[in-house]
Amino acid sequence: MTTPAPAHVSEAHRKTRQRSILLVTICTIIGALAQIFIKAGASRLPETHTTLQAVLAMAVNPRLLLGYSLYGINTVLLALALRDGELSMLYPIIALTYVWVAGLSVLVFHEIMNPLRTVGVITIVLGVAVLGRGSK
Amino acid sequence: MTPVSSMVLVAIGSFIGSFGAVFLKAGAVRIERNVAALIVNWRLMAGITLFCLSSVFFVLGLKHGELSVLYPIVSLGYIWTLLWSRLFFGEEFTKAKIAGLALILIGVLFVGMGADRGRSAVSRAGAANTAMLHR
Repeated sequence: MTTPAPAHVSEAHRKTRQRSILLVTICTIIGALAQIFIKAGASRLPETHTTLQAVLAMAVNPRLLLGYSLYGINTVLLALALRDGELSMLYPIIALTYVWVAGLSVLVFHEIMNPLRTVGVITIVLGVAVLGRGSK
Repeated sequence: MTPVSSMVLVAIGSFIGSFGAVFLKAGAVRIERNVAALIVNWRLMAGITLFCLSSVFFVLGLKHGELSVLYPIVSLGYIWTLLWSRLFFGEEFTKAKIAGLALILIGVLFVGMGADRGRSAVSRAGAANTAMLHR
């Protein structure tokens, strides 16, 4: 009697793929938050006259520092996702960042969500769904 | 009008960034549970360096011009990456990947058009940063 090994293997494979997709998705949320913090930090930077002053002002700006730290975490998660998944399937999922940024811009900066942006966001989500469901 | 210089800068950024992804992937499959090994993982470091370098081009390129033009150029990086994935890692082109990517590119174009319409400050600041790790 032989066990149906292929089914078992493909189940494990499917789980790993789902984990990679989830990791990249989390990565995009963190990336979007990073952008919001960098935007908020950058808009609070004082006027400076020399490069040194500008660099110092950035180095003590908590929002900027938090934003860039989130980018660091983002990279680690992306590397972990890529370790087990296909680059060609995972990389385009990063476009979800546009979706979260659009949402957060409305929430945090009270930007208006116009119809074009809404159509774009929905299309990106559809594209990611097609990628995620269809790939082996 | 979008300056040609902006388009060229963003295109270069997307190209460099796609190699960042390749090196990050090449380094990631060699990750070990050991900090010293991580630091000497030159592929991982090369990937991060290329991402940072691409972000310089994105920041400069996205300062001026229409995002409806520039965002899709940022997204060219996904197409380069699809090609490199096949070339360097032997990943297959599948219908799902091509259809999914096509939808994403169309979506990014619309988001860019919407951002131009709304004069979104976050979109512009964010575009450069979005591009930074992905682009």
